[in-house]
Amino acid sequence: MSGQEQQKNAGGRSSVARVACKGVWKLFGDRADEALEAARAENLSKDEIRERFDCVLGVRDASFEVYEGEIFCIMGLSGSGKSTLVRHINRLIDPTAGEIHIAGDRVDTMDEAALNALRAEKIGMVFQHMALWPHRTLAETVAFGLEVRGVPKAERRKKAIAALNDMELGDWVDSYPDELSGGMQQRVGLARALAADPDILLMDEPFSALDPLIRRQLQDQFLDLSRKLGKTTIFITHDLDEAIRMGDRIAIMKDGVIVQTGTAEEIVTAPANDYVAAFVDNVPKGGFVTADQIMEPATGTPPGRSIAADTPLDEILATFAEDQAPLAVEKDGNTLGHVTVGDALQALGGKEDT
Amino acid sequence: MDIWNIFDTEWVPVGTWIDQVLNWLVSDFRFVFQAIKVPFDIVLSALEDGLTGAPDLLILGLIALIAWQAGGRRVAVVSTLAMLAIGLMGAWEESMTTLSIVLTCVFFCALAGLPIGIAAARSDRVWNWVRPALDLMQTIPSFVYLVPVVMLFSIGNVSGVIVTFIYALPPLVRLTNLGIRQVRPDMVEAARAFGATKKQTLWKIELPLAMPTIMAGVNQTIMMALSMVVVASMISVTGLGQMVLRGIGRLDMGLASVGGLGIVFLAIMIDRISQSLGQPSRERGHQHWYRTGPLGVVTGFFARPATTGQGKETAATPPNSKTDGKTQA
Repeated sequence: MSGQEQQKNAGGRSSVARVACKGVWKLFGDRADEALEAARAENLSKDEIRERFDCVLGVRDASFEVYEGEIFCIMGLSGSGKSTLVRHINRLIDPTAGEIHIAGDRVDTMDEAALNALRAEKIGMVFQHMALWPHRTLAETVAFGLEVRGVPKAERRKKAIAALNDMELGDWVDSYPDELSGGMQQRVGLARALAADPDILLMDEPFSALDPLIRRQLQDQFLDLSRKLGKTTIFITHDLDEAIRMGDRIAIMKDGVIVQTGTAEEIVTAPANDYVAAFVDNVPKGGFVTADQIMEPATGTPPGRSIAADTPLDEILATFAEDQAPLAVEKDGNTLGHVTVGDALQALGGKEDT
Repeated sequence: MDIWNIFDTEWVPVGTWIDQVLNWLVSDFRFVFQAIKVPFDIVLSALEDGLTGAPDLLILGLIALIAWQAGGRRVAVVSTLAMLAIGLMGAWEESMTTLSIVLTCVFFCALAGLPIGIAAARSDRVWNWVRPALDLMQTIPSFVYLVPVVMLFSIGNVSGVIVTFIYALPPLVRLTNLGIRQVRPDMVEAARAFGATKKQTLWKIELPLAMPTIMAGVNQTIMMALSMVVVASMISVTGLGQMVLRGIGRLDMGLASVGGLGIVFLAIMIDRISQSLGQPSRERGHQHWYRTGPLGVVTGFFARPATTGQGKETAATPPNSKTDGKTQA
């Protein structure tokens, strides 16, 4: 644990790739291989592939790395291939082409037995519609991964109860899922994913089916937990706000293609194309835009007050609310430039003239 | 030959062919079919000896207890009354013979039908082969295969079980296939995601979730088997069916009615019990089966002193009311 902590840099993430996908393609259909060749050679679009080969494009040439201990969000609308992509990581779906690595092991060439061991011991998964088995008590549900690995009954029950206690479900150990509310059910889903203490969590829109208040609660609870446990998490969502809230880094998907990968700041302040730009248009920029991005380079004598270069827009606006005189932007004792009320308001409106 | 009435001539002598095949089978392979009879014979004899040999009231009591265990007091009362009616009409002995034939048949249907149904659910190719066979078994009139069965297996109760087996097998295979195919895909996916092998997924997730549908198939198989007993009595199968057949032969309306009513009452008893077996545990309030019915009464006696000993366990069990849980979340 301490080793992991040390590897983490100032941004809260480590530089060790825990999960990596390299050039993953997925085509659904009988002529997938043929379609792949053609799609690669002629750069066919999704519709062309369907017309010519009767194949549905799921994922197109997706590559990304997830570092140890970070929360990596894959964001996209329904049908963008994000759920398909995440299922490649534990190979619930086999890739048509490409490589998948987990902690140095090739997942895409693994045999059945190794794959089952990997799924049971290294990867926990949470599903959008909970996918809790109605005929199993919570303890039996949570202990399932241990059960299929042949862990003795007493031991797996102990671990299951511990996992349920962590999720504040200790009173419901012998209840059945249909006796629980939606939020509690998804906490069971989380407990099941965490019971075997896996290194990697795959979360497929875990909170989408919940009402907003409970969703918020569970997001906070998960963030706390994630900070405590430091699990490498791949988090699927269709909600950009959720992605920004949860993700250390975000990948945006459209039509099976990863359009942009970056931190929330990078995506909000420098969208890669019009599609991403349209997405982030409504995101309040107050938390992401910083003083050095909106300032005018220093000319003349600096005004009396100064702020740090990485001060977020929200704080700059708060300062202007008290006094509207221009602010000097400083970094390491040097004045870089100054910000006026006009600059700040323009940035808030989304127009950046840097 | 008249060109307008070409079908006056038998062009394709299917009947002759089948006769030839059958005669060949009977003359050269009769020992194979006699060997097939053996397991049926063993199970049937054991059941029949048990059911007819034991005192009537003991069997009646046993049926009442099983019904109580399976479906609660109401089912117990209905089943007991039905069996009582059979006994009072004087058809007890015959009904026990019929019951043992039906139970033997169900036993072998389950033995063959469940694996076939599971295999069909797993592979579309298997299902494409199985389905026409089931269609044939269900649509071909049962009278048609009475003759070959008699020729290959001879007459009697064991042959009756085999005829009934052919007739009653399809619904079990169909509903096992359907039940497993209907299991929500995300339930199976979740099991796979936590490292379950295909076999573990089948036993731990798919079969339990398909169980209500499979039990509906068992129920259908039982009902089909019961409806076959009159037809089967034509190859000298004894029991209630024979009463009906003799009644028809002698124009003895009374005898035929007693046999018919007996079948109806027997059907009511078996149907109620087998249907309550198929109820998912959710609908029974998630109680373990051994905590209800007569066994619940017995285990209740023994469990009480035990639970006071481990008070911590009981304290840790969740609050029983569902509303508590909803407000907590």
